[in-house]
Amino acid sequence: MLDYLQRLGATSLSMFERLGRGSVFFVNVLLSIPSVVVRPRLLVAQVYSVGVLSFSLIIISGLFVGMVLALQGFYTLSDFGAEGMLGVMVAASLVRELGPVVTALLFAGRAGSALTAEIGLMKATEQLSGMEMMAVDPVKRIMAPRFLAGLISMPILATLFSAVGVLGGYFIGVGLLGIDEGGFWSQMQAKIDFDQDIINGLIKSVVFGWVVTWIAIFEGYDAIPTSEGVGRATTRTVVHSAFAILLLDFILTALMFGDV
Amino acid sequence: MHISRSIEILVGFFVAIGFVAMFFLSMEVSNLSSANGDGGYDITANFENIGSLKVRAPVAMAGVNIGRVKAIEFDPESFEAVVTMKIEAKYNQLPSDSNASILTAGLLGEQYVGLEPGGEEEVLASGSELELTQSALVLEQIIGQFLFSSDPEEE
Repeated sequence: MLDYLQRLGATSLSMFERLGRGSVFFVNVLLSIPSVVVRPRLLVAQVYSVGVLSFSLIIISGLFVGMVLALQGFYTLSDFGAEGMLGVMVAASLVRELGPVVTALLFAGRAGSALTAEIGLMKATEQLSGMEMMAVDPVKRIMAPRFLAGLISMPILATLFSAVGVLGGYFIGVGLLGIDEGGFWSQMQAKIDFDQDIINGLIKSVVFGWVVTWIAIFEGYDAIPTSEGVGRATTRTVVHSAFAILLLDFILTALMFGDV
Repeated sequence: MHISRSIEILVGFFVAIGFVAMFFLSMEVSNLSSANGDGGYDITANFENIGSLKVRAPVAMAGVNIGRVKAIEFDPESFEAVVTMKIEAKYNQLPSDSNASILTAGLLGEQYVGLEPGGEEEVLASGSELELTQSALVLEQIIGQFLFSSDPEEE
């Protein structure tokens, strides 16, 4: 019994320790962002590996999510004779929820895990300590560009996801199910508000980009420098990111749309 | 670390496509392109009951949207609802004795303000108030009236 309590205490202490280390690390990364601004080439390379390489995944997922939404929405809406609202339904669910959330989940799986594995392997092969020996700060050189790249790429990817999803819904709704094209777009424009929906969706995607990239680079930086440790850190990145995204999504949704 | 030119081009392409998507969302999907501009003038109208009229509901004349409801307030002196509407600037020829009524789009649709032109030479300008208004039809009241007025006849 006492043993159990001791383990419980040790686990929670180490959890808070990791949270504390993560926050200190995050502040360090923030402080080194100015050094990235003076060397934009590092940033461009990272936007390529974090953002551009996730491009096709996001486009294809967005297209299919939009098409499925249109099919499923049509099934329900046609019961009420409200097929004209299909565009509103597809666009609202994409822009408000699915765009940021699904993109962030895919982003965590595609880019976040790659970041953790890359940084963890750098640590395991002692490249990070090598940099420190050469008086190059690895936080400035490695972490900060990756963090900034994640923060830039995520909103772009989420916007692309929503836009492609709306087009997918349009192909299915107007092309396949024969909904009136004018009604599809005009209902959408009448109901989707720029400040309420699109800007809030964008804020969500920035927050998710921040949390996923933070978790990813911290897990890599904090990984036990063995092949097993890097593997575990990568798994933790995906799991913790998914938790953080869904939890934050609930909080943000309650704040943004709770009073509507 | 050497970065090849093609990577830079791809990143530029990526960012540009992001902006195109944002433009598409704001122009085609949302209402940014329509009736959100600064142009236009405000008119007010007092209603006894606005039903479930909401801010941003359309203002229509002859079925064409010519503006939006900008604000809804309660006047504590007259106990009426004060509805402020923003009319697009190009529709500046509306007679000042036009009347406003709150109508419903379809049987279960949302409520909007319908304007009907009057005969006055004078036109509506910023700050004008519509004198002739008709409240929203509240279904419960109509049913109530119907029940009470039909009861005595039957007995």
